[in-house]
Amino acid sequence: MIRLEKRPQPSRAFSLATPLLAVLATMVFGGLMFAVLGKDPVTSIITIFWQPLFGEFAFYYRPQLLIKGAPLVLIAIGLSLGFKAGIWNIGAEGQYIMGALFGAGVGLAFYPMESFIVFPMMVLAGAFGGWLWAMIPALLKVKFGTNEILVSLMLVYVAEQFLASMSLGLMKNPEGFGFPGSRNLQQYNSAFNADLIEGSGMHWGVVAALIAVIFAYVLLTKHRLGFAIRVTGEAPRAARFSGVNPTRLVLFCLGASGLLAGLAGLFEVAGPAGQVTIDFNVGYGFTAIIVAFLGRLHPIGILLAGGLMALTYIGGDIAQSQLGLPAAAIQVFQGMLLFFLLAFDLLTNYRLRPGRTEVA
Amino acid sequence: MKLTKLLTTAALAAGLATGALAQDKTKVGFVFVGPVGDGGWTYEHNEGRLALEEEFGDAVETVFVENVAEGPDSERVMTQMALDGADLIFTTSFGYMDPTINVAKKFPDVKFEHATGYKRADNVSTYSARFYEGRAIQGHIAGSMTKSNIIGYIGSYPIPEVIRGINSAYIHAKKVNPDVQFKIVWAYTWFDPAKEADAAKVLIEQGADVVLQHTDSTAPQAAAQEAGNVITFGQASDMAQYAPKPRVSSIIDNWAPYYIARTKAVMDGTWESTDTWDGIGPGMVGIGEITDAVPAEVKEQALALKDSIASGDYHPFTGPINKQDGSAWLAEGDTADDGTLAGMNFYVEGIEGDIPQ
Repeated sequence: MIRLEKRPQPSRAFSLATPLLAVLATMVFGGLMFAVLGKDPVTSIITIFWQPLFGEFAFYYRPQLLIKGAPLVLIAIGLSLGFKAGIWNIGAEGQYIMGALFGAGVGLAFYPMESFIVFPMMVLAGAFGGWLWAMIPALLKVKFGTNEILVSLMLVYVAEQFLASMSLGLMKNPEGFGFPGSRNLQQYNSAFNADLIEGSGMHWGVVAALIAVIFAYVLLTKHRLGFAIRVTGEAPRAARFSGVNPTRLVLFCLGASGLLAGLAGLFEVAGPAGQVTIDFNVGYGFTAIIVAFLGRLHPIGILLAGGLMALTYIGGDIAQSQLGLPAAAIQVFQGMLLFFLLAFDLLTNYRLRPGRTEVA
Repeated sequence: MKLTKLLTTAALAAGLATGALAQDKTKVGFVFVGPVGDGGWTYEHNEGRLALEEEFGDAVETVFVENVAEGPDSERVMTQMALDGADLIFTTSFGYMDPTINVAKKFPDVKFEHATGYKRADNVSTYSARFYEGRAIQGHIAGSMTKSNIIGYIGSYPIPEVIRGINSAYIHAKKVNPDVQFKIVWAYTWFDPAKEADAAKVLIEQGADVVLQHTDSTAPQAAAQEAGNVITFGQASDMAQYAPKPRVSSIIDNWAPYYIARTKAVMDGTWESTDTWDGIGPGMVGIGEITDAVPAEVKEQALALKDSIASGDYHPFTGPINKQDGSAWLAEGDTADDGTLAGMNFYVEGIEGDIPQ
């Protein structure tokens, strides 16, 4: 018999090793699943993980990794602050939408005036929109003790209705023949969040994501507020004794995650997406939750995890097209990643012991 | 910055060349917005793809990616297909419009076909079907068969295509039944079985005994079956598994002939950018079998209506028709022009409620 025994201290080695173990297990079991579907497992895995990075057309896919990964990292960094402190913002998707709407709204209001001031104004508006949307669950929590998980999640659906309304009404392209969707900001120079070096995929959102990683790292390791976040998550009672103000912490964590999600939405709508459309949001806010945990709520880990998720998306689409793998199989593959991560996570806090048979 | 651009262009061109040399098969890519098993919109596009393979056998190779989100993801998938050497790419959702144009600019030698959009280029065609012709027949059957005089309508998004369908169905229901009333619910989705089922249930509770849908799942059919005396029509695909009742007929999107013709044109080198909007006549819109749940006399009239639309003798939007606010739109005997139809953003007289903004 093997039994689980709680470790006196969480194992640091396993904490670092579990993401790698999870990726390996996903490759093995994912490969098995692809084999059952009648595809060559090795080719499938190579297509997903190798092709985008080093394949024939890597020059195109590498920049795409930045485009796909940046919003994930930006949102996940914000979420990780709250998650560390036990404050659960599940509604980043809604904050992402509101950031995009506020930012694009400012841009569209200035159209067609060309000025260097337009884009910075949009960035501020985008950050404000996301922050504002996150302040609703934050204030309700500190004033009335509501559950921020439920409120932030429900507000995603409210934000989606706003998005539909804006695409069909206020922000609809007047030259769009009555079809839904705003003007394309890619054709409005002052508002376009273009690649800083053409074809590199490096747009302002990527820069912002990198800055956010550095800020979060410094905050968590060097700053008093970072200490408060960590202590609150690990020992709430001790945190209160050490003078942490829980109200301010809730406002800060939800506000910061909303702000970053809003920025991610703004950079997306002004850049790669270009338009406010009914289906603008594609689930970055939810996927970022996975990214945050896959990265162990650590800024550097999140950076790597965001890259990995982006890789599975891009590689997954290539595998669909080249090998005829169904989309559902790719989604199962991505799901396996989180599943194995959580499963191996057990080994951080517990160890396996050959058990003695109990004598009755 | 210039240098990078040059390099990128060169690399793209090189990739394209090797892709083209590696194969003499014509490679056709399909970008799908839903899963191929949705039973509606994407399912029928995929049927068209399969028909293409059947028609040309080894001379063509088709590839597809399903569940592709509109926006940057679709742009990446199209680029990837073009890099992999596709000669022709069908992008089958309205939201792929700007991405299609963007990618087409980068690959001038690849042909693109965008469904339901209005932006074209030298290597981008658009195509769509005159579904409103089928709606006229649905409206006729619905108006004839309703006992409660309440017809429920599940709209997806309030866009011209959907509004056109509502107007066409209403005009023809009203013709046979002056007391008919339309109740419209907007689902804000093309495919969401749970939402569609809820919408159908709400309409049925409000007394509708006919439910028309402009969404792609079979959930409304299931809801109608459960409720009993309610009839429905298959949308996008035949949905024959719900025949003979509640599904009494259907509008079927038949893309196969178009896909075959366009692929042939690429093979022959005769492909040109065009705007295609075909209806029942050329076979792009099919009317699924009208079941025995429909009285013989109504069925006969419906088939006669279908024939007259197919032959071009009758246009579903023939005056006199007023707009909802009572202002005149079409005078006696006039027919609607394609421009107005393409951008239709008003209800015809008699429909209650506002188009949501």
